[in-house]
Amino acid sequence: MTATGLRTLAPAGGGLRQTLADSLIVAWRNLKRVPRIPELAIFAILQSIMFVLLFAFVFGGAIPLPGGGNYREYLMPGIFAQTIVFASATTAIGVTEDLHKGILDRFRSLPMARAAFLAGRTVSDVVYNAGILVVLMLSGLVVGWTVHTGLANLLAGVGLLLMFVFAMSWIGVWLGLGVPSVEVAQQVAFTVLFPITFVSNVFVPPQTLPSWLQPVAEWNPTSTLTASLRELWGNPNPYASTAFPSQYPVLVTVAWFVVIVAVFAPLAVRRYRSMSR
Amino acid sequence: MKGGLEIAAVANGHAISAEGLVKVYRSRKSEVRALDGLDLAVDYGTVLGLLGPNGAGKTTAVRILTTLLRPDAGRASVAGLDVVRDAQALRCQIGLSGQYAAVDDNLTGRENLWLFGRLYQLPSSDARMRADDLLERFELSDAADRTVKTYSGGMRRRLDLASALIGRPRLLFLDEPTTGLDPRSRLGMWDVIRGLVREGVTLLLTTQYLEEADELADTIAVVDHGRIIARGTADELKSQVGGERIEVVVHDPGAMTRAGELLSGDHGGDVNMDQHTRRLTVPAHRGVDGLVQVVRDFDGAGIKIDDIALRRPTLDDVFLSLTGHAVERAEAEEDGTSAAAPAAAGRTT
Repeated sequence: MTATGLRTLAPAGGGLRQTLADSLIVAWRNLKRVPRIPELAIFAILQSIMFVLLFAFVFGGAIPLPGGGNYREYLMPGIFAQTIVFASATTAIGVTEDLHKGILDRFRSLPMARAAFLAGRTVSDVVYNAGILVVLMLSGLVVGWTVHTGLANLLAGVGLLLMFVFAMSWIGVWLGLGVPSVEVAQQVAFTVLFPITFVSNVFVPPQTLPSWLQPVAEWNPTSTLTASLRELWGNPNPYASTAFPSQYPVLVTVAWFVVIVAVFAPLAVRRYRSMSR
Repeated sequence: MKGGLEIAAVANGHAISAEGLVKVYRSRKSEVRALDGLDLAVDYGTVLGLLGPNGAGKTTAVRILTTLLRPDAGRASVAGLDVVRDAQALRCQIGLSGQYAAVDDNLTGRENLWLFGRLYQLPSSDARMRADDLLERFELSDAADRTVKTYSGGMRRRLDLASALIGRPRLLFLDEPTTGLDPRSRLGMWDVIRGLVREGVTLLLTTQYLEEADELADTIAVVDHGRIIARGTADELKSQVGGERIEVVVHDPGAMTRAGELLSGDHGGDVNMDQHTRRLTVPAHRGVDGLVQVVRDFDGAGIKIDDIALRRPTLDDVFLSLTGHAVERAEAEEDGTSAAAPAAAGRTT
């Protein structure tokens, strides 16, 4: 029809194969920006390392671990969790940029699988953050963090972290599609994420918080993720209370994962669809 | 499938057709009727210029025809395919290049084209070959492996247009393809577009400039407040406005009356006088000869001229004559969608 030697595959809203192929292409495109703007990854890592240094060497001395244990070993799982939670800000900013620079319009005008823009974004987020985690874990080894419980538990922890990247990625997509500019995406993300990561067990024992805030900190997904990692890896977890999330952190973390994905994936998809309204 | 599409296209007759398109943007504070019963018909192999000021609804029309937006009312089809029902099949037939070069800054020119080619469902090797062809054609071969953020504005636009052509679309939509380009890049872009038209591409382009529509389009449709208010060839539109005109600015305000008499005597037409700017305007029926005559007459009558020019009708003149109101440039936000897609923001509620 186009009178050329070019083959255009049959138009489809996205058979599974096309959806997969297109998602991987979009993910490739998202990941290309990592080597092209290395500052992004470098500063994401430096920011986390800065938190490690600040808390390990500046505040850490003032935070006693009952029953002993190495504060740095206690701290690292929290840093991993915090980094993962913050990753949704990067997602939101990337999505907002695509939206306002017209790239998303170009994608939507192409006969690509409808789901590929969103799926590709979550795939690239998981891959990107896996890379960041590797660097952070190596840095952790340098300051004295380690896993005491073997490879299987190490992988289980990493699996939990990457599951959370996927969940946070949906929040980021939903947010990114809904804000009017990159600056707003940034502000909203950080305004929400700072309390989420700080009202938690990442840096300090939740017991030191006002009593009304303690349950918030205990149920906070950042806390349950952090506690899960400490438990799985045999890192000190001396502040565990009798509260349910403290007793069953892995269970609660998985539940959080399910809830976040179940809520925010449909919301993000709805926002994406409503763009043509 | 392909045979089916051809038959549908023939049955429909037009490459692009739209009937009574309505699009209303609602926000908490306001309601904007971006399209208010827009009708269009474009034949295969022809070029339609959609001419109008910012906020007239041009971009909204393009967004509906390229499946990015759904109309609130009315119907439209492209290549015989309905913009809502057959959206995905339709996307295989079109190329779109918007107001803002929608290419990825962090990829190279070559990577951008390959990416869009793949998502156009071309096999990887075809996408690569096609990218090479287009890079050469748009004189981007030397910059092909540089990231796009190092490109000039003109280069970005060319790459954007190349991206729209990656799948050899039969129909091309160009939304203000030269807005923001310097004059030289604009001329270059015109050449490129003319070349595409020679190859038989059906083209719908939007522009704010009569001159651009004049240069590129077979037919011009003038859009205002979401409707087509006039259509015809550039010459037809211009003759409606009255063709060229002579503009004289006299030095001495006291000489205005005498100058007016001279002009109406010479040219017999209506003389438009603006006391404030000391400007007189009259239709120029005899072109440059008329201009020379005015200079002679005024010189003979001892009227000192500050400025004199033969002026072609501008979009403002066309508008003034068609609508009785001047172009309202301040309405830019009405075409909100032009800014890529604030469409998304806040529209979910």
